[in-house]
Amino acid sequence: MPMDMYVEEIISHYEHPHNKRKMEKSDADFKEDNPLCGDVLTMHIKVNDGKISDISFEGTGCAISQATASILTDHVKGMKIQEVKKIDYEKIKELIGIDPGPARLNCATLAIKTLNGAIFVYEHKKG
Amino acid sequence: MPNALDVSYIKKDFPILHTKMNGKPLVYLDSAATSQKPKQVIDAIDTYYKEYNANIHRGVYKIAEKATAEYTESKIKVGKLVGVGSIEELIYTRNTTESINLVSLSWGDQNIRKGDHILISEMEHHSNIVPWQILAKKKGAILDYIKLNDDQCELSYESLEKELAKKPKIVAITHASNVLGSINDVKKITRLAKKNGAVVLIDGAQSVPHMPVNIREIGCDFFAFSGHKMLAPTGIGVLYGRKELLSEMQPLFGGGDMIRTVEFQSYTPNDLPWKFEAGTSNIEGGIGLGAAVDYLNKIGMGRIREHEKKVTKYALEKLDGIKNVKTFGCGQDEIEKRGGVVSFSIKGVHPHDVATIFDSDGIAIRAGHHCAMPLVTGVLKEGALSRISFYMYNDESDVDKAVSAIDKVKKTFRMS
Repeated sequence: MPMDMYVEEIISHYEHPHNKRKMEKSDADFKEDNPLCGDVLTMHIKVNDGKISDISFEGTGCAISQATASILTDHVKGMKIQEVKKIDYEKIKELIGIDPGPARLNCATLAIKTLNGAIFVYEHKKG
Repeated sequence: MPNALDVSYIKKDFPILHTKMNGKPLVYLDSAATSQKPKQVIDAIDTYYKEYNANIHRGVYKIAEKATAEYTESKIKVGKLVGVGSIEELIYTRNTTESINLVSLSWGDQNIRKGDHILISEMEHHSNIVPWQILAKKKGAILDYIKLNDDQCELSYESLEKELAKKPKIVAITHASNVLGSINDVKKITRLAKKNGAVVLIDGAQSVPHMPVNIREIGCDFFAFSGHKMLAPTGIGVLYGRKELLSEMQPLFGGGDMIRTVEFQSYTPNDLPWKFEAGTSNIEGGIGLGAAVDYLNKIGMGRIREHEKKVTKYALEKLDGIKNVKTFGCGQDEIEKRGGVVSFSIKGVHPHDVATIFDSDGIAIRAGHHCAMPLVTGVLKEGALSRISFYMYNDESDVDKAVSAIDKVKKTFRMS
């Protein structure tokens, strides 16, 4: 039932997203979009001792993409980069507590794709 | 004015409109994407496969003769529908996109040179943008755009005149916009373009299914449309081309059916239109399209147009009255200028969330950039839009259901 997607948790994160801000002196930034829907996300990370010491995002888009970014950034704060890399779609569904179904899969995976992009940039900068 | 349509009677012919989606009766408001199919069309395809499936143009046996006759007959029917008397000028393709690409790849390749201008408009679907971008890039030609008026309803004639002064080789314009619903005066645009020496292509994907269209009266050189938006199956489309131009054009694909004779080093092409239809055709598609044209004629294109105007006006009146909802295109008082397409936005809610909530009520609508990114993001400055679109099987009760769904969206997102 698609209507079950718009649970209190999702709407609340969409209306009042956590970690949605710019970041001064980030270690890496990455922008990703879903051109079909017009969802856009930019992730900023700071890394300390192999761990995500700070994270924020900016962006616009649907409730699913933006709420997932809010929930995911909460979740990974303080986590080891190597652990973040293991986050798969099953884990995303568990975190957001809904199953977006095939039509909205791209919305729900945008945040983790963008975060992985930022980690990739960080690791290549480091050399 | 023609007699009004009896929608409840028409609905009986469309099996899918009696099914459910997410447990709710299906309300189909996405006919600008593809139309639903009446049982007469489904049955025609079924009968072909059950009773006379055979390849066309070659068999000397009875069922092959029947398949060939039905396929050819469908072209005659299509020609009558759009005012073309000779099937030599009607090529079957896969869809509008392929029809336009056939022109850009064949006519464009032979006629466009470095520095030439190609003129399209800001209102085009990607299918009437990208083929010209590919051609312009390959040839070093320049792609120009006719601008939209500030009211975002019509194309600007001032802009058209300005661009025509650059003497474009080809002008390719949509008859009706799939986003704004705007119907362009293609007869006038064709006259002005031809006065300036241009070849004219009209994209009729959104017009032929919904209103009387006469290609000869428009006077254009090429005209493209799709079967699947006019009750026929997917995979069958039409390109009208003026014989004089088609005769000079090189075939895109070589193979069976498009040749008269083949020797070791050379071939002689077949007559029009078969020169452009290589390989075994989409026979079921042609037969299905013929049945679709029969159905459209039974209802009457004039009546379909009047009906859609009435439903569209009702939809605009309702949606324009809802707080935080914005509609796009010509206003309620300019209904003559628009087809049965209403794009809208709900403040603060992404169109994909709108479409998902509609889906939960059994209502199919489109959300996104509608394959017209330059228009939606560049001109209208929207990331994406929601769109409802109508056909002969929709009525005011479908609009009322959409209005209730908008209310549900607003409640879900805690809006007033």
